[in-house]
Amino acid sequence: MNPVEIPPPPRLEARHISKIYGIAAQRALQLLRSGADKATVQAETGCQVGLHDVSLAIAAGHTHVIMGLSGSGKSTLVRHFNRLIDPSDGDILLDGQNILSLDAAGLRDLRRRRISMVFQGFGLLPHETVQGNVAYGLLTRGEKKATVLDKARRWIDRVGLTGYHDRHPHELSGGMRQRVGLARALAMETDILLMDEPFSALDPLTRRDMQQLLIDLQAELQKTIVFITHDLAEAFRLGQRIAMLRDGQLVQDAPPEEIRHAPADDYVARFVATLG
Amino acid sequence: MDIFLPISIKAPVNRAVETLVSRFGDSLHVVNDLLLQGGLLPIERLLRGTPAWLMLILIGLLAWHATRRLAHAAGIVAACYLIGCFGLWDLLMQTLALVLVSTALAVLIGLPTGILISQSRLARRLLLPVLDVMQTLPTFVYLIPAVMLFGLGKVPAILATVVYAVCPLIRLTELGIRQVDPEITEAAWSFGTTRWQLLVGVQLPLALPSIMAGLNQTVMMALAMVVIASMIGARGLGEDVLAGIQTLDVGKGLQAGIAIVLLAIVIDRITQAYGQSQRLQNMTRSRETGGHESR
Repeated sequence: MNPVEIPPPPRLEARHISKIYGIAAQRALQLLRSGADKATVQAETGCQVGLHDVSLAIAAGHTHVIMGLSGSGKSTLVRHFNRLIDPSDGDILLDGQNILSLDAAGLRDLRRRRISMVFQGFGLLPHETVQGNVAYGLLTRGEKKATVLDKARRWIDRVGLTGYHDRHPHELSGGMRQRVGLARALAMETDILLMDEPFSALDPLTRRDMQQLLIDLQAELQKTIVFITHDLAEAFRLGQRIAMLRDGQLVQDAPPEEIRHAPADDYVARFVATLG
Repeated sequence: MDIFLPISIKAPVNRAVETLVSRFGDSLHVVNDLLLQGGLLPIERLLRGTPAWLMLILIGLLAWHATRRLAHAAGIVAACYLIGCFGLWDLLMQTLALVLVSTALAVLIGLPTGILISQSRLARRLLLPVLDVMQTLPTFVYLIPAVMLFGLGKVPAILATVVYAVCPLIRLTELGIRQVDPEITEAAWSFGTTRWQLLVGVQLPLALPSIMAGLNQTVMMALAMVVIASMIGARGLGEDVLAGIQTLDVGKGLQAGIAIVLLAIVIDRITQAYGQSQRLQNMTRSRETGGHESR
């Protein structure tokens, strides 16, 4: 009988994530907590601050874009969600469960069944065909070869690469390669998809096609997507929510309209200005 | 005044080798027999038993399979035929057997060692200096103890050859694995790969061109050891070179020398061709990344 609508619990959540690179990480953390800034920490401990106290909730079925300039820590942040990088401090929750407590087998299972990822440089296996690449994750998690190849073929068709299953990555254009990367991630049928600047290496026209492909697929699949980009137009096109990172800190986390009309600071405003 | 302290390790080393020989001599002879009966002799019998014409055809087929060029295959067969014309066919087969067994042993030792070094920083730090020693220590320094332990003949020759020839394979295996594009291994990890799956499905296939280059070097170095090995009683082409030197029969020595060079060229062309067919695929790999942000 509660009249107030309770928002759905987040699928993924980063809580007070800090990432320090260097040996004196503990001391660097203490300094940060006592209010020192990045430069001071580096001068005093020799440690690089990758992320500082970032908290972010990703709602189920949404595309949550993380934006920032080079070196703002966005690629570092997205790698925390499948623990390609472990935080120096903080928690990562998936459906309310802390994934930092997973052992090696549990982590493998998480990566095989819950979260898949698309990379900026594609990360395809050059010695495998398109089909072999798309099947990679499925074979890795131990599915039978016969069903896997069938599944791989279906996803190759879905991303518009019908007829290319026999080709090797070096025979494909950049856009087609990323279609393979996308198909490889989608074939896992995980509910969460991490995309680390997936379209940044592509030319503007191809990028638009790929964005449209993702929009069409997402309309049907309703996945939880964490999408990294440095292109605000792309962020506005794809995201239901946009998180702005600057120097490893979260500056603003809001729906696109709010970013546009009420930028939190100068940094965000300058991004918005690029939209014209 | 002499500033150098008189330090000598001669006596203790000699004593150690002596006790090694007297105490483990018998068990080492078991190793000796195993290598001979289980490896070298059957292969030698097979190679020498095969009629020369059949051998030439087989070499031709292998060469064609490797290079995919009729002219290259013909050239390789002609080189082998020329060695036969010199009257050295039998010695050639003996040398080939020695090289094949040494190379097989080197692969058996070198590939796992290279993989180990690539995976563990500790192993890398421990083993790389050992490799340096193996590559720079003059051959005779370990050839003589090997003879003392195993007696004159083929086995110490094989062991000395393996010690000498295994290094490039280890190094290039390690290099090949270390040079795998980190984004590819990261992608593999992100799909829940185990270490073993990563090694077998990603690292080794991508390191294959480098491993083949290492294998090529290993075979070449094994062949270079042939002459030295003949000094401790291994038979084959090196024997003729040695005999040529000892009797000042320059012609005989040169003829056998040319045969060794021809064999080297033949093996080099074939192993390189196998390495390259893989390399072509990998040269054009997906490296054109935008690289906007490196973490």
